[in-house]
Amino acid sequence: MSGPYARLPGWADYGLIPIINLLVAFAVAGLVVLLVGENPLRAAVILVEGAFVGGQNIAYTLYYATSFIFTGLAVAVAFHCRLFNIGGEGQAYVGGLGVALVCLSFDALFPWWINFPLAILGAAAFGALWALIPAYLQARRGSHVVITTIMFNFIAASLMVYLLVDVLKPPGSMAPQTRTFLEGGQLPKLNWLIEAFGLSVRSAPFNISFLLALLAAFGVWVLIWRTRLGYEIRTQGHSARAARYAGIGQARIIIVAMTVSGALAGMMALNPVMGDQHRLQLDFVTGAGFVGIAVALMGRSHPAGIVPAAVLFGMLYQGGAELAFEMPNISRDMIVIIQGLVILFAGALENMFRPYLQTVFASLRPRSAGLAEDRAGGA
Amino acid sequence: MDAFNTVILVLDSTIRLSVPLLFAALAGLYSERSGVFDIGLEGKMLAGAFAAASAAAVTGSAWLGLGVAMIVSIFFALVHGFASITHRGNQIVSGVAINFIAAGATVILGQAWFRQGGRTPSLGADARFGAIELPFAEALRGLPVLGPIYAELISGHSLLVYIAFFMVPFTWWVLFRTRFGLRLRAVGENPAAVDTAGISVAWLRYRAVICTGVLTGFAGAYLAIAQNAGFVKDMTAGRGFIALAALIFAKWRPLPVMVACLLFGFLDAFAIRLGGTPLPIVGRVPVQLMQALPYILTVVLLAGFIGRAIPPRAGGEPYVKER
Repeated sequence: MSGPYARLPGWADYGLIPIINLLVAFAVAGLVVLLVGENPLRAAVILVEGAFVGGQNIAYTLYYATSFIFTGLAVAVAFHCRLFNIGGEGQAYVGGLGVALVCLSFDALFPWWINFPLAILGAAAFGALWALIPAYLQARRGSHVVITTIMFNFIAASLMVYLLVDVLKPPGSMAPQTRTFLEGGQLPKLNWLIEAFGLSVRSAPFNISFLLALLAAFGVWVLIWRTRLGYEIRTQGHSARAARYAGIGQARIIIVAMTVSGALAGMMALNPVMGDQHRLQLDFVTGAGFVGIAVALMGRSHPAGIVPAAVLFGMLYQGGAELAFEMPNISRDMIVIIQGLVILFAGALENMFRPYLQTVFASLRPRSAGLAEDRAGGA
Repeated sequence: MDAFNTVILVLDSTIRLSVPLLFAALAGLYSERSGVFDIGLEGKMLAGAFAAASAAAVTGSAWLGLGVAMIVSIFFALVHGFASITHRGNQIVSGVAINFIAAGATVILGQAWFRQGGRTPSLGADARFGAIELPFAEALRGLPVLGPIYAELISGHSLLVYIAFFMVPFTWWVLFRTRFGLRLRAVGENPAAVDTAGISVAWLRYRAVICTGVLTGFAGAYLAIAQNAGFVKDMTAGRGFIALAALIFAKWRPLPVMVACLLFGFLDAFAIRLGGTPLPIVGRVPVQLMQALPYILTVVLLAGFIGRAIPPRAGGEPYVKER
């Protein structure tokens, strides 16, 4: 997005500004903590300790982070094409259907290492499908992808309730969920990885899909910065007119970018469905699709930023659970506020402090603040 | 006669269910017509509902509840304005942020202040907007057909319901018959032209956003202190998005907005009434399909299969003066 802002040194653009924005978001969150009559500093200590002290907590933090890496990458790929995919929640939900169908069909037949790739395909295909319709409508019929993906979130929610209550629920069961997958539909845990560092993990859902998430992050980096397709996506995102002039098929690139985005969002379902709960249940996504927006904004749509941002949000989720336990006035909804504040300050108000920084930089080093029209890169 | 009564009952609940949609959709109309997209209707409504219920619970006055709801909604609207008008941030991102902040803050503050698991205390009759009996409602009830329609459908709603339906022609008048409305529509289509005419684009858009805050305040207050007797966690339940759908469905025009809201309200009322009983020709329709229908209809409309929904041209674009 080109803005009327002068260029800053790269480290300030990609390091300093996100950190300042994040600090402001946390400061405001601290005010909320103060408002409900708790000590923000103590809350912060509990939060960080609850997320990073002890193998158990670390495992949970990384478990949550796994989901957020997927959804963050999903939002980021669409951002590079200047598309706002708010539908990660719905795509992940439907992706869970792909995972469940594979697991329910093959869990008695094959071991997990055959079912895992199949489930990846299932999740990616279903997630991609759920993004494909909004993508097609944006590309060919000009309906705004933001609105259609919001609508598709709600349609997905209704569809999944219907499927779980009326179709997939085993007969005689009351709970709206599928049967529990057998051994072949359960991913191995990665807790040994943490125990290798000498920490103990009692039982945590941290599983092998974390490695897949890291692989996906690398894959997205390759796709966006090292392939022709990625170049076309970025061109389209930077200037649709330039892309058209360069002979890039716009409809195709929009559809491809959204499909990749949907596939990544769908793959998030592997982590909770196959890695933790071993069955498909209502609302298993629990907002991870929306957290992806905050993660992508904070990570500046770059995998190297998204992975730490996802870990940060994993920390908020896990530490937030501990916090809710320690401080009766603070429930896990505190995380929703922090998430909103991060989206506000790192996303919508990302340029709030830029002019001040520019003044500072210009007075320090006049040449660093040359009047350039566009920031390089930039999401 | 029995069937007639059923129809009256369904239509009555249609009106009740479409009122929050109507307030919120009209709220979105002001903002989006001025070129500021607003997917934060849901959050503002939720914040308004919480504020209304809290203030009414503390003071015991429905009017104060309504006032506080408006103030809080306007505050959130101004945050959206600050981000998207002053700082030229992404309007979608800002709207998403507001939804999250409202969803979290209402529960946290509700729990801290009232300690009822995020609920606010149940409100008495004084702290709510009660039903208003229009004159002669009881006397005319005996009349065939017209009597029940007057007594059930038209009479016996809370004041806010009448305000909601009054807001439709009022909004039309403001947008299409006043200078402010002309400028508001112009700034949503071609802000540069408005700027050239010497009118402040930012100030106009801020005023539009404040109108949005006022109306989402009404929407929230209706939910919390007219339709229900208090706030519960996430009580808007996606109504802000259905309102957004209605706004698009109505192609950003006030009278069609009312029709769309009534349609979506009817679908909701019908689904509740039906509750899974089979229909004549089509057989049993899943409740979930009925719930998803407003969204599906909006997608179909947006795809251009029923008419064409063209948003205000400058919508979503921050205005940058030429340099």
